[in-house]
Amino acid sequence: MTTPLLEVEALSKTFVLPGRTPFARSAGAVRAVDGVSFKLPRQESLGIVGESGCGKSTTGRLVLRLIEPTAGRVLFEGQDILKLDANALRTMRRAMQIVFQDPQSSLDPRMTVEEIVLEPLLVQGARRDAKLKQRARELLELVGLSAAHAERYPHEFSGGQRQRIGIARAIAPQPKLIVCDEPVSALDVSVQAQIINLLQDLKDTLGLSYLFIAHDLAVVRHLCERIAVMYLGRIVEMAPAAALFASPLHPYTQTLLASIPAAHPRDRRTRPTPKGDVPSAMAPPPGCHFHTRCAFARPRCSAEVPALRTLASGRDVACHFAEELEEGP
Amino acid sequence: MATASGLFLSEQNRFLVRRLLRNRAFVVGATLVAIVLLAILLAPVLTNGEPNRLAIRMRFRPPSGDFPFGTDNLGRDMFARVLYGGRLSLEIGLWVVVLNAVFGILLGALAGYFQRLDGPLMRLADALMAFPSVLLAIGIAAALGASATTAVIALAVVYIPRTARILRASVLVVRELDYVHASRAAGANDWHILFRHVLPNCMAPLLVQLSFVFAYAVLSEAVLSFLGLGAPPTVPSWGILIAEGRSYIREAWWLTVLPGTAIAITVLGLNLLGDGLRDVLDPRMKIEQS
Repeated sequence: MTTPLLEVEALSKTFVLPGRTPFARSAGAVRAVDGVSFKLPRQESLGIVGESGCGKSTTGRLVLRLIEPTAGRVLFEGQDILKLDANALRTMRRAMQIVFQDPQSSLDPRMTVEEIVLEPLLVQGARRDAKLKQRARELLELVGLSAAHAERYPHEFSGGQRQRIGIARAIAPQPKLIVCDEPVSALDVSVQAQIINLLQDLKDTLGLSYLFIAHDLAVVRHLCERIAVMYLGRIVEMAPAAALFASPLHPYTQTLLASIPAAHPRDRRTRPTPKGDVPSAMAPPPGCHFHTRCAFARPRCSAEVPALRTLASGRDVACHFAEELEEGP
Repeated sequence: MATASGLFLSEQNRFLVRRLLRNRAFVVGATLVAIVLLAILLAPVLTNGEPNRLAIRMRFRPPSGDFPFGTDNLGRDMFARVLYGGRLSLEIGLWVVVLNAVFGILLGALAGYFQRLDGPLMRLADALMAFPSVLLAIGIAAALGASATTAVIALAVVYIPRTARILRASVLVVRELDYVHASRAAGANDWHILFRHVLPNCMAPLLVQLSFVFAYAVLSEAVLSFLGLGAPPTVPSWGILIAEGRSYIREAWWLTVLPGTAIAITVLGLNLLGDGLRDVLDPRMKIEQS
């Protein structure tokens, strides 16, 4: 078996909150990411969905080592990126890039579009010459902008155009993996579709893999072969996109799907909608984190943490009663 | 070169200049400062060019056509003395600003960007800021001996913690913006991020702060000179002129009031200029415009 492009093993990140005054005790700790594992084969994409605060963005940043994990391993093409020294890490970063959610803050307002797009190449030691300038113009055309935009500044562009600039920057060093951290959730719906189509095209033509983080299931459905659902720092279900939409197994996945508005009244769902709010990440419920909001919760759920396990049918679910749910009522 | 063009020549900055010219506080402040600067630079043309020439027979002349600011107890032309005195006052102010910019940026950037240095540097700043600023300046100037150089050092020490604080606060905000993360994800090191992204985007509040430091420095220099802790009286500064005129305040009001007015106009101009800069460069306005 070939090594997967990205392999994440038992990745955890605990944020310790500082006390209110310099000498006070710590105000507590948040386990933002709690033992997350997944594999991403080459040229495939994985969607990570979940409500805000579930640790999906933190997972994306841990994978890129923008923040240091508390525990776990991140293997990129079989190499543990957490063990690399500064030089090796810089070389490795060519192969993995990121696209951000907020197109306002993701572009330096004092740099021209050309400087922004070429920055990943320049920090990797490329020479600023005519060839590189030509490359900037090619990249801009690749993401649907015009070469004439190179000398302009970010504030002259709309949100969707800025996001295209951010994407051009991400593909500049010819990466294999791009972490997309909610790249369309700050955009107008009409622009969202354009950006999704652009990402789809780039994926096909450049052979990219995405780790696509979103809170909107419909967005990842088109782009990702597989989808992982996160809840309070843990993956609760991971399945091929089609299977997940056809038959969600975990009760949380079911409620997430039920919350997508139906396009036609006839299609209105009968599945349970989520009750209550997400519990505090500082004091998550014991056992299965979801039992406080779960329609199927039983005593075992509040006592024992369900592991993410593969069912006989080949589906990955973290629920004690997944088999029962699979058979259906 | 790239950093310099990013700082001063971008199209965005031309846009800012247009906004500044529409800001009334900035225009009035800049005009006042320009008038003061022009008068001081043209002092050799506007006056007889000899602020220290004695003319005992002409002593205590009130302001008139011949002597716009009157004469002092030794018959010296106050107009020349105020204009030439301004040279020293503004020069001291300028040096304080330069030292503030250099050390304020250095310490503020280190404290804001490298979290390990933040605690020690900011506690040091707290300690310096715990003293009333003029008192601290008097203490330092007294310890080092009276001269223009010690006045500059004393005032710089007093205001650097404030400047460093303001820069640190902006650095803390900018270092968490996504374009910094993007740069890091591309493989940039700390120095690249600090000089290419963080500092250029922290210049606006720094510029505002420095214009206020200039104003405070001119004012505090007058206080130090008045107390005899500034430059020696052979080269008059505004503070020294007021100190000398104090003994004759009943007989010759112009000896204190006119140098005082010069200080007031300069400080008012600099403050208005700073207010205007702040209004235009305020980050909230930035979001509005983009």
